[in-house]
Amino acid sequence: MVELVNRPYATAFEAHALANPDVLCLSADLTSSCEIDGFRDRHPDRFLSMGMAEQNMLSFAGGLGLAGYRPFLHSFGVFLYRRPYDQLMASIAYPRRKVRLMGFLPGITTPGGMTHQAIEDISVMRAIPNMTVLETGDATEVESICAAADAVDGPVYCRVLRGAVPRLFDTPLRLGEMRVLAAGSDVLVVTAGITTEEAIRARAAFDRAGVSVRHLHLSTLKPFDAAAIVAHAAACRYGVVTLENHLVAGGIGSMVAEALAEAGLARRLIRLGLQDTYAHGGSRAYLMGYYGMDAMALVRAVERLTGLQTGIDEAALGAVRLEAVHSVLKAEAL
Amino acid sequence: MPHPLPNARSTEDVALGIRRRVFEHVIRNNGGYLSQACSAAEQLAFLYNEALTLGPPTLPMIPQPFGGVPSAGNPDYVTGAGYNGPFAPHYDRLFIAPAHYALVAYACLIEVGRMAPEGLEMFNQDGSSVEMIGAEHSPGMEVHNGTLGIGFSTAAGLAWGRKRRGDSGQVCVFMSDGEVQEGQTWEAVQAAAHHGIDNLWALMDVNRQQCDGAMESVMTVGDIATKLRDFGAVVAEIDAHDLGALRQAKAEPHPGKPLIILAHSSPTQGMETLRPRLPRLHYVRFKSDAERDATNAGIAAELGIAPITLGDH
Repeated sequence: MVELVNRPYATAFEAHALANPDVLCLSADLTSSCEIDGFRDRHPDRFLSMGMAEQNMLSFAGGLGLAGYRPFLHSFGVFLYRRPYDQLMASIAYPRRKVRLMGFLPGITTPGGMTHQAIEDISVMRAIPNMTVLETGDATEVESICAAADAVDGPVYCRVLRGAVPRLFDTPLRLGEMRVLAAGSDVLVVTAGITTEEAIRARAAFDRAGVSVRHLHLSTLKPFDAAAIVAHAAACRYGVVTLENHLVAGGIGSMVAEALAEAGLARRLIRLGLQDTYAHGGSRAYLMGYYGMDAMALVRAVERLTGLQTGIDEAALGAVRLEAVHSVLKAEAL
Repeated sequence: MPHPLPNARSTEDVALGIRRRVFEHVIRNNGGYLSQACSAAEQLAFLYNEALTLGPPTLPMIPQPFGGVPSAGNPDYVTGAGYNGPFAPHYDRLFIAPAHYALVAYACLIEVGRMAPEGLEMFNQDGSSVEMIGAEHSPGMEVHNGTLGIGFSTAAGLAWGRKRRGDSGQVCVFMSDGEVQEGQTWEAVQAAAHHGIDNLWALMDVNRQQCDGAMESVMTVGDIATKLRDFGAVVAEIDAHDLGALRQAKAEPHPGKPLIILAHSSPTQGMETLRPRLPRLHYVRFKSDAERDATNAGIAAELGIAPITLGDH
């Protein structure tokens, strides 16, 4: 059974900050929501409460960068770029400040609805020159993201999972390295973040149905290793399915499409994720089903791509569903 | 070339030099940010000539061409902060928050011996680092402030960091009053007060002008001093053209709080020939040669110089 790790970020950030005296902890009134309340209480001299004022927080962080500090900014991902976009550009991205933007509740992992759901953050962030974009898909990646992000000579935006996070991997997140989770030859499946767990569930069913899947998990979204994607796609005869917790426009689906097109590699591509739509408030499982971002959606996409009828249905997926793991999870609260 | 010691010239003389240089530039280029020289000449002269502790410039007197934007592949990139001297714990840092004052700031750098006069000839020329709206790489600039309202936040962050490191140098922001229309300015002031950032001070050019015209017609902002005090700053209000008052305001104690000096200025100070143009003074343009000639003659007389000789324009 998959292990669930409780609040992996809290422990990991504290350890990283204590080992790195120039790391500072900034929060915009979401301190416990971003799991840094313990750090605030134990290390108040390293913690800056910036209030509900993200525009100032970003430019202020740029100033801290000028003083040689490496501020970690904590908020929900959506609040780190939508309102303070100008400050992100002028005070952080352009001058390559070593500011670490720790964006919690990526995509539909919050029931907070449109205002709280960062569904275009990858698209926005990867378009920004000098920006590095990382995404965590399990507890091990959450535990290793502080060190990985802090090694970057420039600004970094991270999609961070919180709360009870499953442990899927036993090696840390390494900058620029994708994980090859299965090495099949029929269909290439590319996932990141919470969609990787969905694909793992579907893979067991694909194995039984005789579909050979090659599965890549991305944690470095920018810089994007287009050459590796193309090589993997070339090794899969039917084509590629991307599955992301994000709009398909500008996200991983777009990155893969660009890579295939620029390489001149003719492979069909199905992009799963939010299809030019906002989401609304609801549980993660409900939203992933409603918007076609779950294991079942992946099965249907693979069937469309291959023309095969796998016979996989909800019951078949249920056989490998990590129900026992998820039954302890509540809908994410604010 | 060694730069002159501070106070080698009087601050009044530097201020007059700024007005003359900006005036000449605007006449030659058939327009420019002239009113900003009227309102801010004493303030920038005061900062560079006496208020700030700055080391000698570290960059060439004649600015280098644009050297590319910051990127991982551009390791030789530098900002224009070197014209304000090296970064050292005991030196002050300056941010020109309204980047539209760049022309005036460049003229000031020349007057205090930190940039060669040739630098102004590169103003707004393609491939030059001496940009019209001061960029990070422009002389005297350290960050991009062109969108207005982000300067004080940046300075507050740097000041907090410098205080933590034990630097004795202060952080100064030259601001414009139009910036108080931006919400970020208030976020920054409240944050500086909340965190007790008192190695931070600002000089705000209160000329009551903005791009569209008089501020009161564009967006009423109320009493800036009262609002700043309510947000936690120590505020001094003075006549921007009174150097004695500037010196006195700078000496105002502000323990645990940032100091913001509201320097009430005239947008036509020293160039009353511009007065009929009110309230459109943000960027002075000439509609005809006759208008330019009249402005040339009128302001030259006020500044005590001969009218600017124009070539084949």
